[in-house]
Amino acid sequence: MPDMESAPAAPATIAGLDEKILTERREAVSRTRRDVLFDVDGLTVSYADVPALKNVSLEIYKNFVTAFIGPSGCGKSTFIRCFNRMNDLIPTASVEGKILYHGTDLYGHEVDSVEVRKRIGMVFQKPNPFPKSIYDNVAFGPRILGWKKELDDRVERALRNAALWDEVKNRLKSSAYGLSGGQQQRLCIARCLAVEPDVLLMDEPASALDPISTTAIEDLMHTLKRDYTIVIVTHNMQQAARVADMTAFFSVEVDEEQDRRTGILVEYDETPTIFTNPGDKRTEDYVTGRFG
Amino acid sequence: MSTIPAPLGQRPRGDKVRGTIFYVLLLISVAVGFIVLFTLIVDVVQKGIGYIDPLFFTEPNNPTNPQEAGAKPAILGTIYLMVLLLMFVVPIGVGTAIYLEEYADRERWYNRLLELNIQNLAAVPSIVYGILGLAFLVRGLGLGRVLLAGALILTLLVLPTVIVASREAIRSVPDSIRQGAYALGATQWQVVRRQVLPAAIPGIATGSILALARAIGETAPLLLVGALTYVTVDPSLLGSFTALPVQIYQWIARPQEEFRYLAAAGIMVLLAILLTMNAFAIWLRNRYQRRW
Amino acid sequence: MAAQDTTAGAQPIRLRAKGRRWGEDVVKGLLALCALVSVATTIGIIIALLEPSIEFFREVSIVDFFSGERWAPLFEPASFGVRPLLAGTFAVTFWACVVALPLGLGAAVYLSEYARPRVRNTLKPALEVLAGIPTVVFGFFALTFFTPLLQDFGIGVGIFNVLSAGLVMGVMLIPTVASISEDAMAAVPRELRDGAFGLGASKLQVATRIVIPAAVSGIVASYVLAISRAVGETMIVLIAAGGIAQLTADPREPAQTMTAFIGATGLGDVPTGSLEYKTIFAVGLSLFVITFFMNIISIRLVRKYREIYE
Repeated sequence: MPDMESAPAAPATIAGLDEKILTERREAVSRTRRDVLFDVDGLTVSYADVPALKNVSLEIYKNFVTAFIGPSGCGKSTFIRCFNRMNDLIPTASVEGKILYHGTDLYGHEVDSVEVRKRIGMVFQKPNPFPKSIYDNVAFGPRILGWKKELDDRVERALRNAALWDEVKNRLKSSAYGLSGGQQQRLCIARCLAVEPDVLLMDEPASALDPISTTAIEDLMHTLKRDYTIVIVTHNMQQAARVADMTAFFSVEVDEEQDRRTGILVEYDETPTIFTNPGDKRTEDYVTGRFG
Repeated sequence: MSTIPAPLGQRPRGDKVRGTIFYVLLLISVAVGFIVLFTLIVDVVQKGIGYIDPLFFTEPNNPTNPQEAGAKPAILGTIYLMVLLLMFVVPIGVGTAIYLEEYADRERWYNRLLELNIQNLAAVPSIVYGILGLAFLVRGLGLGRVLLAGALILTLLVLPTVIVASREAIRSVPDSIRQGAYALGATQWQVVRRQVLPAAIPGIATGSILALARAIGETAPLLLVGALTYVTVDPSLLGSFTALPVQIYQWIARPQEEFRYLAAAGIMVLLAILLTMNAFAIWLRNRYQRRW
Repeated sequence: MAAQDTTAGAQPIRLRAKGRRWGEDVVKGLLALCALVSVATTIGIIIALLEPSIEFFREVSIVDFFSGERWAPLFEPASFGVRPLLAGTFAVTFWACVVALPLGLGAAVYLSEYARPRVRNTLKPALEVLAGIPTVVFGFFALTFFTPLLQDFGIGVGIFNVLSAGLVMGVMLIPTVASISEDAMAAVPRELRDGAFGLGASKLQVATRIVIPAAVSGIVASYVLAISRAVGETMIVLIAAGGIAQLTADPREPAQTMTAFIGATGLGDVPTGSLEYKTIFAVGLSLFVITFFMNIISIRLVRKYREIYE
């Protein structure tokens, strides 16, 4: 790539990216053992038989934070929703291909989507606490699982792990809607944690929040990844650079004739590589801000 | 046309006159309804107030002596009908609403037919429901002209109204709540029972009470299903019965003038019951309605 | 706490439900059953009306039914021409429309185009109160207040007459017309009005030349619904219009509508299976068919106006 060679470390001039962070990340990632948790193979998602996301294959590693980035409409939200079969809720959606989780295909015949969701949790873009008390929000998951004993302990543990306990311990019975946006999102995280999943999927978890709350959520991700595997969708590249160990870049393939836009996986690698030394020109264009 | 422009502040006189006449006509349109309402109430109270006494509430009808006639069986009949109605129409109506909103696939022809069917039933004349009751319950099943038959027919009559109100209430629960619950591994029924329904209850309750109020005032179906006019005993489930609107009708149909005053008294009681129910429904809505 | 194994493809985690979730199927089945109640109701109505009617029309020819001008089912010799009933229904409906259609539209225009928001928010629910008054009360009003009033004004109406019942019924239907028409007018986008005002049009012109034409399908829908309700209304006519089935164009005379006939006959003790008994169903079927078609039209019209602006 002629451009790359002539420009001295040009991609590092992406606004806000700290060389130091990237270096730390590079070292951390190379030290860590990679255990495959999800093996995605040839995944294609279509709505009403029109493909929205085509032929994605990658591996998600345990206890890593993996980020999906890309321009709007590239299918990253659609993709992340495949991991907990939330796309099942859309009547026109159909999925081909496989996602192997602990060796079992999530889309296999005998797999029950309800069971899947108990192990793979999700946090949404706009915080969506239930119209109940803080306690009942966190307790909802355990209750439907039938974990009626030690409910108080579970709730406290979940809230602590979501870094929310100190702020709400004295008002557990008050309405969740009384919390600020950032607190509500942490409440949603606590809600997920209460069912003790393996994985946390986060679809643009901080995009509706202010910068301070965003930082809090990002810090939380660093802590949580010790015990959980985290996959996040973000449109904020700096955020991906800050939190993610692995980054997947998606883009849109335009079919002029049929007037179709389909999402595809362009490149998937360690985060520092994606941002400083991407292999694909499309990736480079995106991360340097030339498009998207 | 004229080359001298009209002074800016004045519209042509003809225009103004027409505008004012139009406005007055509109005001009259609105006023007529209220004038009639007002006159009606005053007239009824004037005629009936003399006959409202404790006797009215404790004595049964007396076809020969209006002075000693009361509306006890009729009032009791109306109350019993109300209770039976509540027991029948709310579960079936809410159940149908849940099915249509949460379970039914809109694309299927039979579900669309179902919706069309409900819309149609809402506009069928009430006396046709009476005919239905006459054919199937009274003569067909051989139930006879009993309270239960009346309650069943009124149930069918107001079922569409309850379904529509319940659907509105269920629809107004934001989808983000459902998504959050599904993502935690809840089954469809768990989502409905623990999140959607509780949130929709205020709307459902308000709608049901308003539907009930409408049913209480219905006379035509009950005429056919046999609210007999000479009932002196208190109503029982499988016994002959009467209801307030029917009793009022019977009194109106008598030639003697005193029965007119009795009818007015009955109307006062009926209107009072309706007013209470409507006020209660509105209070419920204002107190418990959630603003999402 | 989190995952049990550390290598992919090791021990498969069971992602199958413990048993097929039959509880969910049961719930869905029960709910569908609830929905079937409404289906059963319609089927019931159709059967209830058709069966006796078919038997009726074996004995009375359809031609006689629809062309005969005398309705006297209980007389000797009986006559089954339904025209007087149709005429009675038509007459009462006509007078109801004379009141409800213009006044309802006027009220809607006022509420939509002229009234301040606070006024509208008080008046609209107040108008609904009118709609909530039971029809038997309106019947009482027509018979005991309005008819004498008309007589006092020198209009020589009989004790039972079409005019009184029709006019009072019309007032009862004003909220129906007003409510749906006002919704249709509210759906007309502001930009349309602003454009006209910007050209110097007066309120009257905007209301009559812009808003009403734009909302016309909703307005017509409200008219059709009001007519349908007038046709199907029983108590007001039963009480105030009388029980004499006669063909007359004079609204000061009494007349019997289809609904009043059904009500009056159903009250009595007509032996099951007799021809008189079956007249209830034949007339009921005619009534049902008429209102059914009007409702279909109304539903279509409402869908049309919703589509245009929403």
